[in-house]
Amino acid sequence: MGFVTATADRLTIRNFTETAGLFRTLGASGFRRFSTYRQATAAATATNTVFGFLRTYVMLAVAGSAAALGGQAAGYDAPQLITYVWVGQGLIGVVGMWGWTELADRIRSGDVVTDLLRPVHPVLGYLLPDLGRAAYALLTRFVVPIVVGALAFDMYLPRRPATYPLFAVSVLLAVLVCFAGRFLANAAGYWLLDTRGVLMGWALCAGVLGGLYFPIRFLPEWAATALYLGTPFPSLLQVPLDVLVERDPPIGQLGLLGLQALWAGVLFTACVVVQRRAERRLVVQGG
Amino acid sequence: MNTDGRHGGVNVIEAHGLRKDFTVRVRKGLLRRERRDVAAVDGVDLAVQRGELLGYLGPNGAGKSTTLKMLTGVLHPSGGRVSVCGLTPVPQRILLARRIGVVFGQRSQLWWDLPLRDSYELLRHIYRVPAAEHAARLRRCRDLLELDPFLDTPVRQLSLGQRMRGELTAALLHGPEVLFLDEPTIGLDVVSKQAVRGFLAELGQTGDTTIVLTTHDLADIERLCRRIVVIDHGRVVHDGGIDALHARYGSQRRVTVDFDTAPAALPDLPGVHLEATTGPRLTFTLDNSASVGTLISTLTTLGSLRDLSVTEPEIEEVIARLYRSEGRAPSPRFP
Repeated sequence: MGFVTATADRLTIRNFTETAGLFRTLGASGFRRFSTYRQATAAATATNTVFGFLRTYVMLAVAGSAAALGGQAAGYDAPQLITYVWVGQGLIGVVGMWGWTELADRIRSGDVVTDLLRPVHPVLGYLLPDLGRAAYALLTRFVVPIVVGALAFDMYLPRRPATYPLFAVSVLLAVLVCFAGRFLANAAGYWLLDTRGVLMGWALCAGVLGGLYFPIRFLPEWAATALYLGTPFPSLLQVPLDVLVERDPPIGQLGLLGLQALWAGVLFTACVVVQRRAERRLVVQGG
Repeated sequence: MNTDGRHGGVNVIEAHGLRKDFTVRVRKGLLRRERRDVAAVDGVDLAVQRGELLGYLGPNGAGKSTTLKMLTGVLHPSGGRVSVCGLTPVPQRILLARRIGVVFGQRSQLWWDLPLRDSYELLRHIYRVPAAEHAARLRRCRDLLELDPFLDTPVRQLSLGQRMRGELTAALLHGPEVLFLDEPTIGLDVVSKQAVRGFLAELGQTGDTTIVLTTHDLADIERLCRRIVVIDHGRVVHDGGIDALHARYGSQRRVTVDFDTAPAALPDLPGVHLEATTGPRLTFTLDNSASVGTLISTLTTLGSLRDLSVTEPEIEEVIARLYRSEGRAPSPRFP
């Protein structure tokens, strides 16, 4: 067997099979990479669960006050808020809200150059392992808080069967939107020497404006609408959780999914454009 | 430029007037910065034929890595034309990536958290290599580079030498036509260096893979490369064999001879110079034109010889002389 047999691309069924293989293998690689850090997974899951209790009691206080006044808290009753909190705690790891600095680190060290030497678009090369990471988190960090929450509190279960697949799609879209946002925040490293400020800004916005600390619907309607339409953050947690707790009628759920898809489209387009511009100006330092 | 046609005369790499300018901002006061363009690569012409093993040398900041990054499509040239495997590197980077292999000694293309075996499986899919071809190449690399003892160890736990053997394998599993190696032996111990050199020598002998090697380790060059291109201040200052380099920079062989007793007369031959006399020991330096044989025959007529040694010129000396002579007009450099 000689070493040289490289050939050009052709659009064939084999090519399609190879592409499917690439998606599967790169996705699986993300799953395997993250599954090697078991202690980190356990620590993060435990933290998410502890904070689940804290947040639940705050939300129950809010729901209790609203009930005492004869109403609901921004359209949520107590069981809905409990589901919102615990599923939200599980989704933090799946969506990967913050803490991903791999691209920024590789840009700073110059290792990003090896990403450019692979026959895969860098955005896809980072996205597929991230989907594998999300799948791993779904089996670990997602399940534990939900089980604990269900055992400790009276959670709301969706009444419309269609909500389950809609929720699944919404979670996938949330993973995509979050990945694209993180990719863009990391890609600031092509222009800035230090990306810590940008990444902290992303983490802060993702938490506060994404519906993690409190449901965005608690804000005045104009502010919530502005956040939904003007920023991608509610698409990270608020939207999948609203879909799950059936905060809105079916048509509203579909509208929210459409909004997420729109933000995914916008952000991925931005990723591709930013990547292209970054490559254009790339100077890899350090030999 | 090498045109010997040894490998069938097909140029796999061609560069004409290749340039890369970087903009630097120089402080000119409290707030004022002045923009200045500095040429890191300044009109490089290069033609490399299929199967050649080319040593690409230069002092730190000469523009070696910048050239390599332009040849592989990572950096946009500021000027000139470049073609690798018949493709234009930057616009056709992804297509080109399937046909070249790259090892940067100071960077890793392996996945930090995964064992080598998993990294290789990933690369098989990324490069879309049929399983049988992949397995055959991996088997060959496993044998030649002795990968088996650490094939299942996560990359983060490998020693530098093990990782570099892993990197070389990773760069070759898709059967690249051109292999770019940027300081592949940097930081390696003697045994690992020998393993890498031996592997590259064998790879070079097959004549299938064109190899461009940049290194500061001149033993790599002596062992592996028939042709070397030396670049300094972004320009090619030598392109040819090592012998040509010796000839051009007046490398001198050295003959040291021990007589039983110091001879009464000295040889008077063209191109032969007496360098030192220590009792009965004489040291001569020989210009390229002078013959060692003639000197020895003459010496035997002058007295009784006890010992004699001939030292070939050190390539390091020649290269240092070359760098010094080309480095008379320093300018700001880039990595």
